[in-house]
Amino acid sequence: MTLPDPTASSSSHRYISNAGEDIREMLDTIGVESIDRLFDTIPDKVKLKSLLDIPGPWSEIESRRWFRALAARNKTAADHASFLGGGAYAHYQPACVDQLLLRAEFLTAYTPYQPEVSQGTLQSIFEYQTHQCLLTGLDVANASLYDGSTALCEAVLLAERLTKGKTKVVLAKSIHPHYIQTVRTYIQNLGLEIVEVGWGADGRIDLDELRTATDGAFAVAVQSPNFLGVIEDYDAIVKATEGMTRISVIAEATSLGVLAPPGQHGFDICVGEGQAWGIAPQYGGPYVGFMVVRDALKRHMPGRLVGETVDVDGKRAYVLTLATREQHIRRGKATSNICTNQALIALAANMYLSLMGKEGLREVATQCLQKTAYLRSKLRQIKSVELPFDGPVYNEFVVRTPFPAETIMADLEHDKILGGIPLGTFYDGHANDFLVAVTELNTREQIDHFVASLTVAISRERR
Amino acid sequence: MTTTVDPEVAQRDVAQNSAMERLIFERSKKGRRGYQLPDLDVPEQSLDTLLPASLRREEITDEVEVSEPDVIRHFTRLSKLNLSIDAGLYPLGSCTMKHNPRINEEIARTPGFAWSHPLQAEHQVQGNLELLWHLEQTMKEIFGLPRVTLQPVAGAHGELTGILMVHKALAKTGNARKYILIPDSAHGTNPASAAFAGYQIRELKSNSRGTVDLSTLEAAVTEDVAALMITVPNTLGVFESEIRAMADILHAKGAYLYCDGANLNSFVGVARPGDMGIDVIHSNLHKTFSTPHGGGGPGAGPVGVSESLVPFLPTPTIERREDGIYYCDFSHPDSIGRMRAFHGNFNVLVRALTYMRSMGPTGLRRIAQLAVLNANYIRARLKKHYHLPYDAPSLHEVVFSDKLQTPKDVHTLDIAKRLMDYGFHPPTIYFPLIVSGALMIEPTESEPKEELDAFCDAMIAIARETEERPELVRSAPHTTPVRRLDEARAARQPILRWKK
Repeated sequence: MTLPDPTASSSSHRYISNAGEDIREMLDTIGVESIDRLFDTIPDKVKLKSLLDIPGPWSEIESRRWFRALAARNKTAADHASFLGGGAYAHYQPACVDQLLLRAEFLTAYTPYQPEVSQGTLQSIFEYQTHQCLLTGLDVANASLYDGSTALCEAVLLAERLTKGKTKVVLAKSIHPHYIQTVRTYIQNLGLEIVEVGWGADGRIDLDELRTATDGAFAVAVQSPNFLGVIEDYDAIVKATEGMTRISVIAEATSLGVLAPPGQHGFDICVGEGQAWGIAPQYGGPYVGFMVVRDALKRHMPGRLVGETVDVDGKRAYVLTLATREQHIRRGKATSNICTNQALIALAANMYLSLMGKEGLREVATQCLQKTAYLRSKLRQIKSVELPFDGPVYNEFVVRTPFPAETIMADLEHDKILGGIPLGTFYDGHANDFLVAVTELNTREQIDHFVASLTVAISRERR
Repeated sequence: MTTTVDPEVAQRDVAQNSAMERLIFERSKKGRRGYQLPDLDVPEQSLDTLLPASLRREEITDEVEVSEPDVIRHFTRLSKLNLSIDAGLYPLGSCTMKHNPRINEEIARTPGFAWSHPLQAEHQVQGNLELLWHLEQTMKEIFGLPRVTLQPVAGAHGELTGILMVHKALAKTGNARKYILIPDSAHGTNPASAAFAGYQIRELKSNSRGTVDLSTLEAAVTEDVAALMITVPNTLGVFESEIRAMADILHAKGAYLYCDGANLNSFVGVARPGDMGIDVIHSNLHKTFSTPHGGGGPGAGPVGVSESLVPFLPTPTIERREDGIYYCDFSHPDSIGRMRAFHGNFNVLVRALTYMRSMGPTGLRRIAQLAVLNANYIRARLKKHYHLPYDAPSLHEVVFSDKLQTPKDVHTLDIAKRLMDYGFHPPTIYFPLIVSGALMIEPTESEPKEELDAFCDAMIAIARETEERPELVRSAPHTTPVRRLDEARAARQPILRWKK
């Protein structure tokens, strides 16, 4: 038998306070002779007879050594010039955001079920909700969702609840492919039909196809800037899609600093990914999904909502509200099964948005626009480089060369450049295309280096 | 030792800052700024040439203008209005509020992890893929199951993943079936997830021990039943001793056994779900594996499955070639698909693996042992003072009710609020639903005996106050930054954002 005696001092662990004498005193109070007796209700035949076969316990010294060695095997924006986007962007992170996030009162609290001792979390969520409304031009935001992809799922399901009998939802094919795949997973047993609408020569949604496809649909969703980087024409889309819920998807949240807010252009729901608000790309998560809706839809919202009220002394205070939509009350009839949100990441977003403020959000967005335009103008001067879509862009666009995108990317990697995301894995017939993103973190020097490196790569492949 | 708290006297940290903080929007003053970017280093073009005016916005009306000191002071003050596990016992039953080691935070912030991009080529992120592969191996061993998906980002997301797999596996046999059985003691997410996955719910009555009788289950498992969703141990902390037999009953009818792993903390390293006949289980990494709750997320909810469900796992799976190269495998034709963009909450997974390595096999087992000891210690100390509606032996949590206090018109909510005056976060209240006026207490293994004693002393003092000064309890809390809120008003006339 290799199982250790929990009262032996050799069994102590730095994260677990009670040991030795305390354990014996507690067992006396309980009136059992050993900890094992407390597990008598677990049948012997399912109890482990030995310890799990896993590594550890490790000291911090050993953990640092092992995990840092793993991290060192990655090639990332930490040691390369990165032009990667596609729904995850490297933006400036103000130093004080992470410092404040590590405050234990935020980090180690839970969902604010008890408002008297959770006003910090509650007020922050209320502020976060306000930022979302100001940025999107819509009326009511929830306390956040898992990420952009699941936020789109929840938006489609919300729209479905508003209709009786219609089963068709139309998605622009230029919505982030992972978002579309996630929606397909979510709705697979719900009897809904997804119709995808492609893009035209400018990279914008094909309006003729959209008009036909949306006949009889309960909702339509488009992303802007879309996965090709192209900014959609909201007004034209709204004109083409009467009588259904219109969902706008934002995968690059900083674009809201300069682009027209969907709420002021006929959209009912705006969902998206808040990662670009200063959250590290961290290999895809945790991020923060947002959802903002017209006032009339607020009681159909999934997730948590924080509202303002007063306490018995008349003092202003905040509380989780409209809970009758939620799973702990409605159970099988809830608007959603989610009970946590991404509160800590929403808090980071609130801090970022507050620090950047009215001017900073605009400046980040215009720097992205300007630097992207600069790179595009340089690329247009390289023979055999093509920018296949001529619609307006924000900070991301498609580049085409005569060679497979993976080959070009490998060449750039030699020059310490993460040059883009090959599109061939997402769309048939786009093997030579890749997606390039530019943010305020990319210097002119990096951009010039990218252009030079790409020029060399193309001539090398040509040989 | 029991003392009565004077309602006017502030206790511990919670009330040190009872002055409320204004909204960040109310701090805003025109002309202030909290950021600086480098000057634009490329030739500037006019906005009109870059973007037609019809696609642009005007200024972001009413967005804030504050300085960095404004922001730091604002959020520091807000933080002081919260109770947290770092400040003291936070015994929310079913939430496993345990110590959050800071090495996990440090490792997650390693630049090679933090700045890795989710759409990078596999050869550039071998470190990440290897880490995910190791985490799966470790969770397979903990679960005693052949595969684990790391994609789900929360417990409820894991539930949906698991039930979608059950649905797809059954549909493949020609009949996805109609019903999911769920005991009346279950978390509300279980029925909500099952409904989302396309099923109707049939509720199972629990017995006098709070568990499910085999005869009840046997009668309920018809040819239309897809699965039983059960929490082990259940929400009373009581282990379903007949779990193996339950699995046999379900399997004999071609149905699956789903385990809500929210309470894994009570038996990790002591017993394994796979050995109990469980086909699917999700684990909340923010509970058993200590990733910070963060005020309500982010978390992660990996799902382990038995052999028959492996073909239906979400894509991609992470695999290792013989030469030690790691890759994402999308070639699973029967997969339910993708549950989320990218690779799930990667940096929550990094924290959880750091914790698993810190604990090792001896530490993980000790978690369960001490969590169960601590809960039973509270149970032993409080059972003379509070009603124990189910006296079956419990593991990591204990559920009392307010039955002894209601004659004085003092209820669970009052007891919870009064605990705040003693500096403690209240337990989970009014859940599970099968207990009227439930107080569900889960201390976790982190707590030292002194903190458990202080909590029990406070609970005993409240029981005594209920007899002697019930109005003091009914009107609690007295020392918190705000007192009881008008929640009805918040719902009736919702104010969900600041307006100028």
